[in-house]
Amino acid sequence: MSTSESGMKERQSGTSLSRWFSPSGWLMYAFILFFATLIGGIFFSVLVSSFASSWFGGWLPDGYTTKWYSFAVEEFSLWRVLRVTLIVALTVVALSLLIGVPAAYVLARREFRGKGLVLLLLLLPIMVPPITYGIPLASMLYEYDIAGRTLGVIIANLVPAFPFVIIVMIPFIEQIDPNLERSAQMLGASPLQVYRRVLLPLAIPGILAAGLLTMVRTMAMFELTLLTAGATSQTLVVSLYYAAFSAGIRPAQSINAMAVVYMVTATTLLLLALRFINPVQIVTRARE
Amino acid sequence: MARKMHGSSTETRTTLNRPGFRINRSAWLNLLMIVPAVLLVLGLFIYPLAYGLRLSLDPQTGGGILANYEHFFTDERERATIWNTVRLALPATLINLLVAIPLAYRMRRVVRGRRLITGLFVIPMTLGTVLIAQGMLSFFGPAGWFNKTLEFLRITDDPIRLIYNRTGVIISLTIAEFPVVFLILLGFASGIDPNLERAAQMLGASGWQRFRRIILPLMVPGIATAFALSFVMTFAVFPTAVMLGQPAGSTRVIAFAAWQAAYERFDYSAASAIAIIMASIEICVLAVVFGLRSRLYHGPASAGKG
Repeated sequence: MSTSESGMKERQSGTSLSRWFSPSGWLMYAFILFFATLIGGIFFSVLVSSFASSWFGGWLPDGYTTKWYSFAVEEFSLWRVLRVTLIVALTVVALSLLIGVPAAYVLARREFRGKGLVLLLLLLPIMVPPITYGIPLASMLYEYDIAGRTLGVIIANLVPAFPFVIIVMIPFIEQIDPNLERSAQMLGASPLQVYRRVLLPLAIPGILAAGLLTMVRTMAMFELTLLTAGATSQTLVVSLYYAAFSAGIRPAQSINAMAVVYMVTATTLLLLALRFINPVQIVTRARE
Repeated sequence: MARKMHGSSTETRTTLNRPGFRINRSAWLNLLMIVPAVLLVLGLFIYPLAYGLRLSLDPQTGGGILANYEHFFTDERERATIWNTVRLALPATLINLLVAIPLAYRMRRVVRGRRLITGLFVIPMTLGTVLIAQGMLSFFGPAGWFNKTLEFLRITDDPIRLIYNRTGVIISLTIAEFPVVFLILLGFASGIDPNLERAAQMLGASGWQRFRRIILPLMVPGIATAFALSFVMTFAVFPTAVMLGQPAGSTRVIAFAAWQAAYERFDYSAASAIAIIMASIEICVLAVVFGLRSRLYHGPASAGKG
């Protein structure tokens, strides 16, 4: 564990040499390389296959074609599916943050009677597997005629999403120095002003991280969507799932083409977000 | 040190609640902030779950109110699904923790290409389990690039079986859940004031001592959270176990048993019963982990100076 020493040296001498020669650094980069190889291998296996006219046992396919993509667009109504996916993901994120962040603040900072119960209640939806509550939830939503369309998908996806925001936000808020709020209050700020001018700016990295995580989780959540989606309210993952499980009917390459579209959409969104924010940037880091 | 800081944080809390109308206004505001979340969870989670519980106590196939539960625990094949699931979820979660703790500790400082590395680790989460399973089928398959590389490097002569068995499912769960574990731990590790470690260093603590006595205790709440969340998610996932494992044998997970009851036998009552059993196991595990967590220090580790 010479990491902190190397960090100190680095600050003193201004070089990065010590970092490159520390064993923990080598281990870290070796692991990162290994992980990158795995992810890259999985990604490119699907990517290459989606462009393959046929591929039997060699390092690379026997020939290349783009016909599986046009096939996927027609066969799986790709544009509609993409639009629904975006609408569902963005709405769920917005609503989850709106509901989750204020609740997380209260739970992180205040003591009140029944707090333990409230915390437990909010933790339950992410503790219990989606399949458990998904089946009764879907039948309830069908009873009120909400399921089977986009609204039903959004409502079902909200159930694990906003408690997840709360869970992610509580530690973030706990790490914000309470003295800052106290100072603002002593200087005459109203509670609303404290939230808006002091807490919100400090919590923005946490909020963005929570939103980002919720977004990708919602896009990848297929159990709840599967149970509540109608024919025209399928998201990309559910559409892919149906494609994968009707594999006998459709060629494997067309399923892989769908998978590539999904991967590219999700990864682009994520990398775009990561360009602007750091998912774990916390107030303390700014102080260092 | 931790004890002292905890004291100062409670002191802050009481000072925040100053007398006068501000208490009322602040209390109302706080109530307004938390009520929507509570109502939503009651209506969309507790009520449907109660509905499911009632459904499970009204067996479709006849018998007493507990017939579904009796059947699950007396049928060897059904009962085995619990152990099958634990044998997948636990190794995947522990592997992730063992890798993510040192990595998060190392990466909390400025590291070259940190953003790129974080992005790389987060990618599996965007892929989702269905996609990872599908990609793994070709990548780790007997004629896939992974085995081709091993043979090319003369590490093995025959392809290693990494799909359609327990190993394949554990690998996919590990890849899928790593980002969650890593990001939670990185969040906790980054939040620890570096001055705490520097102070320990000046007082003569070695690198291992600083990690063991300062960093690790402060990271324990994060470790507990990461373990709990990761275990829940790996315990719930079933498409992976179906696509990459032996759904009729060693990877017949409990969620798959519930799915089979609902979609193959159309016995929603039995499916609900299995789902309720699954939920009970999850809640037991989490009650233990979070119960232990709440006994630990969880104040601001960043406000070392007070």
